[in-house]
Amino acid sequence: MMDINATLIGQLLTFLVLVWFAMKYVWPPITKAMQDREKKIASGLEAAERAKRELEQAEHKALNIIRDAKVEATQLIDQAHARSLRVIDEAKESARLESKRILDHAKDEIAREVTHAKEALRKQLATLAVLGAEKIIQRNLDASAQAALLDEFAAEI
Amino acid sequence: MTAENLTTGQYIQHHLENLTFNLHTMSLGRDGFWTLNLDTLFVGLVTALLLGFMMRWVASRMTSGTPGRLQNFIEMIIEFVDRSVRETYHGKSPLIAPLALTIFVWIFTMNLMDLLPVDLLPRILGALGLGHFRSVPTSDPNATFAMSLTVFALIVFYNVTVKGLKLGKEILTQPFGAWLFPINILFRCIEEFVKPLSLSLRLFGNMFAGELIFILIAVMPWWAQWLPGGMWAIFHILIITIQAFIFMMLTIVYLSMAHDTH
Repeated sequence: MMDINATLIGQLLTFLVLVWFAMKYVWPPITKAMQDREKKIASGLEAAERAKRELEQAEHKALNIIRDAKVEATQLIDQAHARSLRVIDEAKESARLESKRILDHAKDEIAREVTHAKEALRKQLATLAVLGAEKIIQRNLDASAQAALLDEFAAEI
Repeated sequence: MTAENLTTGQYIQHHLENLTFNLHTMSLGRDGFWTLNLDTLFVGLVTALLLGFMMRWVASRMTSGTPGRLQNFIEMIIEFVDRSVRETYHGKSPLIAPLALTIFVWIFTMNLMDLLPVDLLPRILGALGLGHFRSVPTSDPNATFAMSLTVFALIVFYNVTVKGLKLGKEILTQPFGAWLFPINILFRCIEEFVKPLSLSLRLFGNMFAGELIFILIAVMPWWAQWLPGGMWAIFHILIITIQAFIFMMLTIVYLSMAHDTH
């Protein structure tokens, strides 16, 4: 019922083979995979930590950039404002000059026109004078003979 | 050969009888040492093959990514064994941890056979013409001694290889000093020989007693069996696990003692 017999040897063989098998084909791959996973998790955590740090840095940087940009933008706006004022001033100035020039030109033109008109009037007046003289004298005078005299008369007007 | 035809004593006797094979006449029966307990060998082999294939199957499909359910389960056991080994054993031998694992899972699985109804396998095999069958290998001292003697051999091996000449000094001078060396040697011998004995007899005793109680419960009238049977089965789940754990733990302790010089 419970005597020690050759079964012991059989069980011993089974046991030894099982231990050998476990040592050779079971334990190493399983523990290796488990260690690999440990490493993987550790590096994953580390990467997450690093990413978090980087994110913080990036946020910081972004804030800096935004602040700089704001400052720059206000500067730009100020500059633009100043420039626009200057441009307006310049435009006003040039407009003033231009208008003055146009005005002067117009005045000159008018003056010239006046002289022309005066000239023409003077000539017509001479003609009228001659006609008047013709009417008054009521006699046929030789116009060409009188022309020199009339010209002299017109110049005196 | 059914239970109805037997008296209670015969029934119990019948259940405690191994299926034996006589190696001299090459037929069923017994002949002193040259007898094989076929049931012990068979169940031991089947459980060993089952465990071997299952663990190898998991090991060959190991992924360091997300583990499946079976892989997770095996990893849990491996981690438990690994932790137990690391806590006690500080040497470098690659044998100790797989040895502890094998002891734990194999003993556990063989013990687990105890939770099959006591009459299940004997009845099935009885119908096939086999007179006796004991389904729990660990309630056969051959199975427990096979393991404890291996551990004993390893204890001796590591004592000799790791300690070398210091072992002689240790045997002669401890625990009582050099002048009482005969007593020291005697103590040391007792200490070492008690290790495999206690290992195997503890396991054998627990399993044999557990099996006997299941048999006694099976003797009770059918309507009274479920309560004590259920209770004892639930309690036994604890026992089979603890016994497997104790065997593993003591193996680790003994082997690390063999490595450490006092």
